[in-house]
Amino acid sequence: MNLTLKIWRQKDSNAKGQMVDYKVTDISEHMSFLEMMDVLNEQLVNSGEDPVAFDHDCREGICGMCSMYINGEAHGPDRGVTTCQLHMRMFKDGDTITIEPFRASAFPVLKDLVVDRTAFERIQQAGGYISVNTSGNTQDANSIPISKHAADEAMDAATCIGCGACVATCKNSSAMLFVGAKVSQYALLPQGQIEAADRVRNMVAQMDLEGFGNCTNTGACEIECPKGISLDNIARMNRELMKASI
Amino acid sequence: MSGFFKSSIGRKVAMALSAFFLMIFLLMHVSVNLLSVFSEDTFNAASHFMGTNWLVQFIMQPILIFGVIFHFVMGFVLEIKNRKARNVSYVSNNGAANSTWMSRNMIYSGLVILAFLVLHFADFWIHEINVKYIAMHPEDPTRYFHELQEKFVPIWRVAAYVIAFVLLGLHLAHGFTSAFQSLGATASRKKTLQNIGKAYSILIPLGFIFIALYHHFNH
Repeated sequence: MNLTLKIWRQKDSNAKGQMVDYKVTDISEHMSFLEMMDVLNEQLVNSGEDPVAFDHDCREGICGMCSMYINGEAHGPDRGVTTCQLHMRMFKDGDTITIEPFRASAFPVLKDLVVDRTAFERIQQAGGYISVNTSGNTQDANSIPISKHAADEAMDAATCIGCGACVATCKNSSAMLFVGAKVSQYALLPQGQIEAADRVRNMVAQMDLEGFGNCTNTGACEIECPKGISLDNIARMNRELMKASI
Repeated sequence: MSGFFKSSIGRKVAMALSAFFLMIFLLMHVSVNLLSVFSEDTFNAASHFMGTNWLVQFIMQPILIFGVIFHFVMGFVLEIKNRKARNVSYVSNNGAANSTWMSRNMIYSGLVILAFLVLHFADFWIHEINVKYIAMHPEDPTRYFHELQEKFVPIWRVAAYVIAFVLLGLHLAHGFTSAFQSLGATASRKKTLQNIGKAYSILIPLGFIFIALYHHFNH
């Protein structure tokens, strides 16, 4: 198929960016979206132009690195997939595809489609962990009884890959689905109870400090999340913070 | 606890609590007004009680006004903060793909309700304050029904009220469940809350619309 791409080009974090049009031809519907971007970049390199910078790593939907806003949606029009799992069969011959970086004041653009998502790492560092003695005497986690329901919910929350699609798609650039998932994965398990109050307080404080917006419960994040992280995690985070504050 | 209300989640909770308060008030308001459809005397008696009872007038009324102002001011503060959280807008953004119009436009439905409240206060509240506390007219317990009916004679006012109530319905359609979510409602009750929210957001505005139309066509 032949496509017109409208891509955000920005030389560096200080430069003013703009949308630039490109044509790509003979794109197979079996290609992934990133393979299509590889074809474009090969074309650009061969003609002596600067290739489009974009984040990617595992290309299996696991690492959370790819981060494109395609035709007005985080990770494009498909559901439950990251950009690397999006296939060109979702588009038609002759389509015009708009490709932008994830937008949020807390995710500044570094170059073209690459954004700085280290704000998520700082939120994790503020409390997204449990303190365990790893000297060799660590208790086997399997010896602690955990209900199947709690284990399943904790696992569901832990599938968040921190890609930032929730922030990108939220009209308020809120990070509450991400933080809700990270708080929940520990709050649901006995190992996470000891530091639960400090964890939620510190992670929410860091989230606010980073300049993310406030959740207005539109539910867009849940729909666009490639891992299907539920809004219930935000409700749980709210309960955890209320519990920690009273 | 004061630190809690300075956090983003604390502000959400404060917004939800003021919303609950206003939703309870709306239920009471529509219930009293519906009496005007069934019985002139009962409506007058209820209105006389509400208009002269010191607890309603000097305790509940100021709390209500504070609740309304708080909800609007907090709504604007959160909207400004949220807009700052995205300094560059998308060239192409397909919000309809993942969220409802109501959820994305609470600020606009809220602004219409605010504009309506200006008209509503001018129509009823300022009149009441003038009659009771400025002009100091002697209380006539039978005046309320006729005053209400008289207001709904002009078609422009009925139209303005109907439009405002439709927007109120849209605001409530998202606001009801959103308030519960902000307060951390558990997943097991989600479906029930959604159904109650749907019923509430349709029935309350429909009740107000019915009252306005009823008095317009039966004066």
